[in-house]
Amino acid sequence: MTIQFNDETFREDYSFKNSERAIKRFPFPFDKDSYMYAVNMEQHRGGPADSVYEKRFDVDEHYVSEMRDRAMVLADDPLRCQSLPHMTLAGWDLLELIMVSKSEDYPDLFELHRDGDQWHWINKPMNIDQKFTFMDETTLPYGPMEYITRQAQGDFCVLDQRDDNLWMDAGIVTTQADWSLDFDIGMNFFEWHAPVPLAHEKGIFVRALKFLLNIQQGAPARRLNWTMTVNPLLDTSPENYHKWGIQKTTLTPENIGTKQHLRVELQTFFRLPRSNALVFPIRCYLCSFQDLMTVPKWGRRLHRVIRDLPEELATYKGFIDNRPMMLDYLKNFDDGLPTSNGIWPELDTEPPLQK
Amino acid sequence: MSGAEKIAVRVTEVTPLNELVTRFKFEPVAGGLLPTFSGGAHTVVEMEDGGITRLNPYSLMSDPFDQTAYTISVRRDDEGRGGSKFMHTNVSVGDEMTISNPVNLFSLDLRAKKHLMIAGGIGITPFLAQIKQLDRAHGNWELHYSCRSESLGSYVDYLTTTHPNDVNVYYDDQKQAIDLENLLDGQPLGTHIYVCGPKGMIDWVRGKAAELGWPREAVHYEEFLAPQPGKPFEVKLAVSNKVIQVGEQESLLEAMEREGVDAPYLCRGGACGMCETSVIDYSGNFIHRDHWLEDDEHASGKKIMPCVSRFEGKTLVLDR
Repeated sequence: MTIQFNDETFREDYSFKNSERAIKRFPFPFDKDSYMYAVNMEQHRGGPADSVYEKRFDVDEHYVSEMRDRAMVLADDPLRCQSLPHMTLAGWDLLELIMVSKSEDYPDLFELHRDGDQWHWINKPMNIDQKFTFMDETTLPYGPMEYITRQAQGDFCVLDQRDDNLWMDAGIVTTQADWSLDFDIGMNFFEWHAPVPLAHEKGIFVRALKFLLNIQQGAPARRLNWTMTVNPLLDTSPENYHKWGIQKTTLTPENIGTKQHLRVELQTFFRLPRSNALVFPIRCYLCSFQDLMTVPKWGRRLHRVIRDLPEELATYKGFIDNRPMMLDYLKNFDDGLPTSNGIWPELDTEPPLQK
Repeated sequence: MSGAEKIAVRVTEVTPLNELVTRFKFEPVAGGLLPTFSGGAHTVVEMEDGGITRLNPYSLMSDPFDQTAYTISVRRDDEGRGGSKFMHTNVSVGDEMTISNPVNLFSLDLRAKKHLMIAGGIGITPFLAQIKQLDRAHGNWELHYSCRSESLGSYVDYLTTTHPNDVNVYYDDQKQAIDLENLLDGQPLGTHIYVCGPKGMIDWVRGKAAELGWPREAVHYEEFLAPQPGKPFEVKLAVSNKVIQVGEQESLLEAMEREGVDAPYLCRGGACGMCETSVIDYSGNFIHRDHWLEDDEHASGKKIMPCVSRFEGKTLVLDR
């Protein structure tokens, strides 16, 4: 299916919008009517046609505008992209993984021609035509990780694996849910997860780390995570909290449907072959409450999940103050009918709202 | 060992090196290219040995950037489970075999200012790939390689010819030994040690390094994780309502798969947790080998990891 790329913004006038197709393929993160942390990993080996799971790196209608927003963030703050000296080989691994995947999965949009170490990369949506020598940094305008992730949606953490732990030793992070690469760079898995409530007590991180250390070449994995964002902001970073934090107070019963967004991260994990590092792409999808409510199953479920979420989690995810207003809005879309298991919209089988 | 697709390969060269060691070259049956890998990685080779499927890990010794073929070297072990003997006696040029994607449990620490490699016997093989990787990146390394005798010194000629200044060889039968204490004492700050060889050698190097105050993270050694054989046992699977037999040479997970029972997995090495299975009833003893469950869970008799763990006793009923 040909993708029509939106011309939209994630700042100031917030012209971001989801088409009907984008709403239907939105990765709704709740597979039942309640939520608690779980490792919830599965293999990342395709999925239903046109779902965000189908391709290794999903490209959607927001691609070109998201890349423009990333370039603006990097221009303001170059420390959003960092790579410690020993991570260059992993950067080449990542460049290869993304170029090969995209050219195979979207041959109408991307082309990769390889003759030994002489590579030719064509990115049609971004009008890029680049010839370079693989493994020779001097032939690219940026380091390999930065070069390719300026052309790939989502944040990328490149984790070195050593001493039975993972280390945040490289990454590009411009669309994050309130964490900072510049703060976390060089930290290990437990250090950078230290602020998360409840999950440590439940042993989640010990298990998750064991799982991640064992991710093997050719066997990528994935999971969903979520939070809430007022206005369709990609860059909700601690560095810019003074700009976006205040916007949480602008929510009113009248504007909540369009302003309040469910923010979902499709997190994937790939073993990188040459470096044995692990890449952790974190792809952000935004959908307004109003658009979510067009799917009756999601309307019923979101109300129940937000209503019953433990206070610690609503606080950590930053919407405890707005929760009552959210529930006043969401309850209008919950008629008490049962919902089917799983995250998919089930528009053909779930009844319309009965009120 | 892996949830990834297996790779069908054809044996294109079988090269005896000496009395004990033979080298095998694998090329993809389907044509095309094999995955790249990192120096120190191994592949798990499947062997169909008279009704038994043997799964043995072998270090990849070829250039990690060469995607046309993988090579491994197999030392014949007449005492072992039989895999190496099978490779030596039953595998010839033209045979098709199945191997896993590369897995690296013995990776280089790329922060190291210098890589000090210590090899014993067939433990040389992962270093051959690491040396090729480091040479490409102009890395600083030094190898100390201990062999029983000149005639059993696999790849000694190749190494001393290509890297005369970086390779030091010691022959046991000439009473030559690595002067470990002085070797470790003379290393520059930021050096990492890698040791692959017999268990005694690994313990010796780790012990000496610890004694001399080396940081634990700077000492790396190869340790394969693979399911172990054991006594056959019977299992009742409550959900699928089947009674199955687990053979001596197969894991509980493999037995369930053989019987068509849905059993999720990812690592097949006792670490990822994917195949964790609840025990409904048992009378006997578990042989837990995984790194996933905590000690109290092992003791509880309520959980088992069927990829690596086994059971000895009268009754075992699982929630599968």
